[in-house]
Amino acid sequence: MSARVLVGVKRVIDYAVKIRVKPDRTGVVTDGVKHSMNPFCEIAVEEAVKLKEKKLVKEVVAVSCGPQQVQETIRTALAMGADRGIHVEVSGKDYETLGPLQVSKIFAALAKKEQADLIILGKQAIDDDCNQTGQMTAALLDWPQGTFASEVTLEADKLKVVREIDGGLETIKINLPAVVTADLRLNTPRYATLPNIMKAKKKKITNVKPADLGVDVSSRLEVLKVEKLKEAGRI
Amino acid sequence: MYRTLSCLKTFLRLENKHILKRTMIKFTFRSVSGDEGVSVGSAVREQHGRDESVHICRPPDVVVFPRSVEEVSALAKICHHHQLPMIPFGTGTGLEGGVGALKGGVCFSLRKMEQVLDLHQEDFDVTVEPGVTRKGLNSYLRDTGLWFPVDPGADASLCGMAATSASGTNAVRYGTMRENVLNLEVVLADGTVLHTAGKGRRPRKTSAGYNLTNLFVGSEGTLGIITKATLRLYGIPESMVSAVCSFPSVQSAVDSTVQILQAGVSIARIEFLDDVMINACNRFNNLSYAVTPTLFLEFHGSSKSMQEQVSITEEITRDNGGSDFAWAEDEETRGRLWKARHDAWYAALALRPGCKAYSTDVCVPISRLPQIIVETKEDLIRNNITGPIAGHVGDGNFHCLIVLDPNDPDEVQRVHSFTERLARRALAMDGTCTGEHGIGLGKRALLREEVGPSAIEVMLGLKASLDPKNLMNPGKVL
Repeated sequence: MSARVLVGVKRVIDYAVKIRVKPDRTGVVTDGVKHSMNPFCEIAVEEAVKLKEKKLVKEVVAVSCGPQQVQETIRTALAMGADRGIHVEVSGKDYETLGPLQVSKIFAALAKKEQADLIILGKQAIDDDCNQTGQMTAALLDWPQGTFASEVTLEADKLKVVREIDGGLETIKINLPAVVTADLRLNTPRYATLPNIMKAKKKKITNVKPADLGVDVSSRLEVLKVEKLKEAGRI
Repeated sequence: MYRTLSCLKTFLRLENKHILKRTMIKFTFRSVSGDEGVSVGSAVREQHGRDESVHICRPPDVVVFPRSVEEVSALAKICHHHQLPMIPFGTGTGLEGGVGALKGGVCFSLRKMEQVLDLHQEDFDVTVEPGVTRKGLNSYLRDTGLWFPVDPGADASLCGMAATSASGTNAVRYGTMRENVLNLEVVLADGTVLHTAGKGRRPRKTSAGYNLTNLFVGSEGTLGIITKATLRLYGIPESMVSAVCSFPSVQSAVDSTVQILQAGVSIARIEFLDDVMINACNRFNNLSYAVTPTLFLEFHGSSKSMQEQVSITEEITRDNGGSDFAWAEDEETRGRLWKARHDAWYAALALRPGCKAYSTDVCVPISRLPQIIVETKEDLIRNNITGPIAGHVGDGNFHCLIVLDPNDPDEVQRVHSFTERLARRALAMDGTCTGEHGIGLGKRALLREEVGPSAIEVMLGLKASLDPKNLMNPGKVL
């Protein structure tokens, strides 16, 4: 099987951290706060690596968009078993306003450039909860999509996806190339072992700018304010 | 009538003074920890007066929630001045009643101090506050490839694990808390803040002065309140392989264990389940293991060496009469193989729904294990006690998961006598009455028998030196 899989990994504030809103209410405090890979992205990486271990795909490429620090997140994906990484450099104001629309344009461009057969993303990021990137990417590429996947099976050149929906589980069959977004019960991601982290240091990460891909990352959204939720009634 | 009135007046005056004093103390606590940092609510106090043992709830008079070591020290000074007992509380997952406030007093609930501080990846060490649990730490470390392998089962506070010298299924390879705590920050009864190995120090080994760190490891809150622990970390192994094997007798299972250890196989866990336990697990999980002593093994190492480790082990078990050797490397199959061991506690409880479970904890030299298990099983049968056995056989430590009806006084008495006989049986075999759970409330007499009068005198001397007013968790350990 010569398939190539692109996996998106987003660097977010770690799920265990208590979030604090900045005093100027323009956002949340990120300086000095622990960051890690978005949990749904971990599940996406695990699924891609499992496909490779079953010899159903040939190469797993981990992609992240952001400043220098996102390389740590790509390295974690490499330690979990991805073969190489692509760091799409976005920093400063552009990074603050980077959202699903821009990221999906980047992924669509990369999918064509890398001749990917499958894109696996987490269903949503735990910082913005958008749940849009996978869907937008599929639309831009005009590829079928299997979102909220709790089970993925490769059958020749088709993908059987079991989706978690309100009414229960829905099973669909889609053609490749396709976009899949990972839901919680798709798998249990492995811990990156220390020997694998050391080996991952030798794996390659290529840098690329959005302009090189012909993507404009400017945003038409403006954040007006970010506020803490009012506390629920206390006894 | 006149005398009664005057007695009543005196009584009310004293009561008022008492109430005034309590109100003043609460006010002083609140000025240190804030309004939300002090609670006298009965639900909160009850929550902090029990753990996961069968000991009854003994709530403290007040629970404080300090946010920093400075607050712990300030609160301790207040308690010291007013002679109030102090009881540290982590996650309440202890098994020996260590948090019961026998003389009332102040429970120091440390869960608001929950930072992971100072991780040094290349030095394999990290410092944590008491609110950090072992699963919380391992989740924090997951991107680094490091982990803290001491695994007592519960998601316990790491500082609490230090206080009880906890151990777990991985001890055969990674050791217990005694081997893995490099430094502690402790607040003593009078509020003094002590760094047992010196502030911020974390060399991997030292021969500087008395080993104060290991004095406090296992002190169960009777010498001070642990507010920071510096822990030794390990690399997550490249590969983990699990295996299961049945044996015709306890002796053959233990013989295999000894030979596996002697062969230098990179074993990380060797767990023993007796036939009663296997039967319970079969019924609970709809499995069909042979109802006979069984070993559950786990190997940690490099992927290349796993195959060889497994074949060496398989050969050893076969030479000892073992059968049905099964092994797996992928996580899902490993989970299924070990499911019986993971659910042992619940499988035992399911044998008699509505009953409570109590776990014994003796530990003997490995060579004495077959004898003590055989004698213990005979004792269980003779006294009609439900007690499936699960053990960390690589350490010579085993637990009888006794399922009993707490409302049946005859059964409670039989179980109590049984546990005393078991502890004395272990002591007679050069062992200990508690391998990992601690002395707590129920084993103080056994401690005296175990270490002897001279050692007890030294322990009492240390206690008197560090806590002359006996305010730190009174009524425990000594």
